[in-house]
Amino acid sequence: MLPSLWSNPKVRFGLVVVGFFTALAVLGPWLTESVLGVDPRANDISAIASPPSAEHWLGTTQFGQDVLAQLVAGARGSMFVGVLAALIGTALAIAFGVTAGYFGGTVDHILNFVTNLFMVMPVLPLIFIVSGYLRGTGLWVIAVIIGVFGWAGGARTLRAQTLSVRNRDFVLGMRMLGESHGRLVAVEVLPHLVGWIASMFLGALIGGILAEAGLAFLGISDSGSISWGSMIQAAQSQSAVLRGIWWWFVPPGLCIALIGTAAAMINFGVDELANPKLRAGTRRVIRRTRRAERAVAAEGGAA
Amino acid sequence: MSVATSDAAVAPTPETPGSTPTTTRLRVPSRWSFMVRRLGFYLAAAWAAITLNFLLPRMMPGDPSVAIIQQLQRVSGQQLPPETLVSIQALFGNPDANLFEQYLAYLGQLARFDLGTSISRFPTPVSEVVSSGLPWTLMLVGSTTVIAFVLGTGLGVLTGWKAGGRLDAILTPASTFISAVPYFWVALLALWVFGFQLDWFPSSGGYDPDAEGVAFWLSALRYGFLPAATIVFSAFGGWLLGMRNMTVTTVREDYVLLAQAKGLSPGRVVLRYAARNAMLPSFTGFALALGGVIGGALLTEIVFSYPGIGYLLYDALTKRDYPVMQGVFLLIALTVLVANLVADSVYVLVDPRVREQG
Amino acid sequence: MTADIRDHTASQHLADGPPGDAGTVLDVRDLTVSYVGPDGGTVACRDVTFQLGRGEVLGIAGESGSGKSTLITALTRLQRPPATTTAGSIVFHPSDGRPGIDLVPLGSRELRRLRWTSMSIVLQSAMDALNPVMRLGDQFADVLRTHHRGMDRAAAKVRTVELLGMVGISADRARSFPHEMSGGMRQRATIALALACSPQLVVMDEPTTAVDVVMQRQIMAQVLRLRRELGFAVIIVTHDLSLLLEVADRIAIMYAGRIVEIGSAEALYRTPAHPYTRGLRDSFPPLHAPLTTLHGIPGTPPDLRRLPTGCPFHPRCPVAVEACSSTKPPLVHLPDQAAECLLLTPEATS
Repeated sequence: MLPSLWSNPKVRFGLVVVGFFTALAVLGPWLTESVLGVDPRANDISAIASPPSAEHWLGTTQFGQDVLAQLVAGARGSMFVGVLAALIGTALAIAFGVTAGYFGGTVDHILNFVTNLFMVMPVLPLIFIVSGYLRGTGLWVIAVIIGVFGWAGGARTLRAQTLSVRNRDFVLGMRMLGESHGRLVAVEVLPHLVGWIASMFLGALIGGILAEAGLAFLGISDSGSISWGSMIQAAQSQSAVLRGIWWWFVPPGLCIALIGTAAAMINFGVDELANPKLRAGTRRVIRRTRRAERAVAAEGGAA
Repeated sequence: MSVATSDAAVAPTPETPGSTPTTTRLRVPSRWSFMVRRLGFYLAAAWAAITLNFLLPRMMPGDPSVAIIQQLQRVSGQQLPPETLVSIQALFGNPDANLFEQYLAYLGQLARFDLGTSISRFPTPVSEVVSSGLPWTLMLVGSTTVIAFVLGTGLGVLTGWKAGGRLDAILTPASTFISAVPYFWVALLALWVFGFQLDWFPSSGGYDPDAEGVAFWLSALRYGFLPAATIVFSAFGGWLLGMRNMTVTTVREDYVLLAQAKGLSPGRVVLRYAARNAMLPSFTGFALALGGVIGGALLTEIVFSYPGIGYLLYDALTKRDYPVMQGVFLLIALTVLVANLVADSVYVLVDPRVREQG
Repeated sequence: MTADIRDHTASQHLADGPPGDAGTVLDVRDLTVSYVGPDGGTVACRDVTFQLGRGEVLGIAGESGSGKSTLITALTRLQRPPATTTAGSIVFHPSDGRPGIDLVPLGSRELRRLRWTSMSIVLQSAMDALNPVMRLGDQFADVLRTHHRGMDRAAAKVRTVELLGMVGISADRARSFPHEMSGGMRQRATIALALACSPQLVVMDEPTTAVDVVMQRQIMAQVLRLRRELGFAVIIVTHDLSLLLEVADRIAIMYAGRIVEIGSAEALYRTPAHPYTRGLRDSFPPLHAPLTTLHGIPGTPPDLRRLPTGCPFHPRCPVAVEACSSTKPPLVHLPDQAAECLLLTPEATS
């Protein structure tokens, strides 16, 4: 499975980009201090809102802070919230979706009802309100809130998949043999869902990063830490758009978009590997076939 | 799978041609029972949203109702009239009553459409504040959702049908990128380029305050264009991707193969066989998609200082106007439920197989 | 092979004798189909050659992976990437005496005109073959009105009712959606649909695997009766050789993308020339006879990407000789059949 994953160009692109930003998040402080030699919070009075230059590769903010250093530091904040929110969301989705699908009956009815409720609730506004009450709290709390409210879509998918695994002969057989539920779920059901869980984790990761950015944009963020969202918010509040300081708000948005694209590409590629119908529709396959057809036609014409 | 077994029981022996068989068909009007079930679910969801709205301030650390009363007294500069106190305590928590009594009082307040008093716009009632923003947001989100859905679904069918073609090679990666971009960032870029650099559109507000009559409506269109365009731009990619992949999968279904074998025109095969079926999951996934669009639209309003619910929410958040925050949430939640009910009704019309969906 | 099966099958044969000698409807020569992959193509059908007479029932049998589904989509020109026809011709002879048309180089517009009026298809699962969101009648009407210019809605409705009647489905079913019908009824509906434009050839892909055995026989009896009345030819592709023995005039056996034996149903049953045909015949229980010992074929069909040298069947063949692993067997013509087996060549017998 792993080598074939890597052979898909979409997956390869996605993994490289996600890997890059993960490294950035982990190594961020060391990179800014030792490699760039700039403190993302330091104010360079001599360069206020200056465009990209040799001194400051991505320019500086209205406060004379280096945008590149902020961008690197922001990777940690955004990735931290994204990963933690995705972990919580995925755990809840497994708890609700797999339990509902595995046990069925009344348990399923209740859990599925709750899942459906969360699906029709406007989750983002809800997160805004709750964070509004808890303002001034750290990234931890923000990540927890995002995770707690954003699991319903994944739970629905996992429930459907669990249902299909549960009804396979070997699981039914093991159940009749009196194997414990916990063991069955852990040993027989979950391994079959790994692909789905991974894909929902990636979806939740980008969802978390986007939600954090939205919250930061609303002014709900940890004032002590830098994230891509808080960078855009700072730019917005200093009228960077009006003043044309584009190098302040364009890079963080691009980073969010890039990592989101990467996650989507991985999921897209995995879908193609898992769904032969989708794979047959890829450009490579179609072009290759057309080429072969043309070759045959040319041969026939010559003969 | 179960076809073979059920068939043996159900299928009548082949009737001889000419004779009219008298098989009675048991056709439950499943569409209606589906709609009744969905309606029941949405009523339950509405109740859940109302109850969540009741519980939220009571679960939060500190005591919102005390804070609200203090703030109100500060902005009004006087002792609050007793009915305002009662209203605030019913909505945000009353230390002297148990939870059940509070819940009843809260429901009573809602029944009278009393959502409390705005702090930042004292003494305007919250219901008045939020209903001033609602039409703007409804217009903005409603029109953009429809446009983005039609555009994305239409292009998705095209790219999926011609998968591997030029359109697919451009639109699919582009949509993947676009659907990962934050709405408000797109809005910022649009504002910078079209609002300030090119100066094609007004940069903030929802209408020309000096215009009246027809001129007012025209100004609303002009002011609304840029926010609407950014929402459509950010939202259509998601629909496109979903539809594209569903079309690629559906095109390989046997009934599409058979439609081609029948020698039908390509347009007919695409629209009546492939697209018609590929569209169905879009309706069941509507709820999830709508949530994202609404969240994004709220933030877009902030960028353009558009006088809708989103801007109100932002204003309320920065000014700690809890009553308006709660009112906005309740309004959004109930509106989303209605929108989902509409989507379900459309779904019932386009899929004859509707059965229990939960 | 016991005597009673043989006699029994002969008497139970549903087909009514050999086809009339009215010429050929389909002439397939050297048809080769490949799946194009990153490292070249995988040949799924190689040098398939056969002729189909008017009104004849030809059965094509083989295990899964033998290339029979690939053959069907190639014959009907319904293949999609990565499948592509790399060689050969499929010549269709219209009944009005016009010259034959090779379907392989034909453009999509010309193909569309021929579709359903000349050649129609019945797919394996009727549940999947009917559009789930269209009423049955509409799925008849659109093909009728596409090919018969000027046919109005009312006329299409009359014709639909007539067609449904031919397979014993009542008129009011035209307003039903596919999911409202039983499996057998759906399958009969797709057969009626295939006859809508009076084609000269109906290709059937595993037409009865989705229904139970009783329904299977009813449906096949109906197909043969309609064939007698309307005179269309039939190609049935299936893994079920026992079914073919009952309904087909001639049978072709596919193995690893090749037709390894072709001949009259009678000959293939009584005197199979290829060891693979023999194995297939002996691995099916007779429907109407006391149980006898069944012999399966050991092993599995070969990977098409790595075909064995020589005869592709030799690793599984119970009677293989040493030459089989190196020499490609030629097609040997016998009185009632032809087969690709080295043991049939004069050198082997001498």
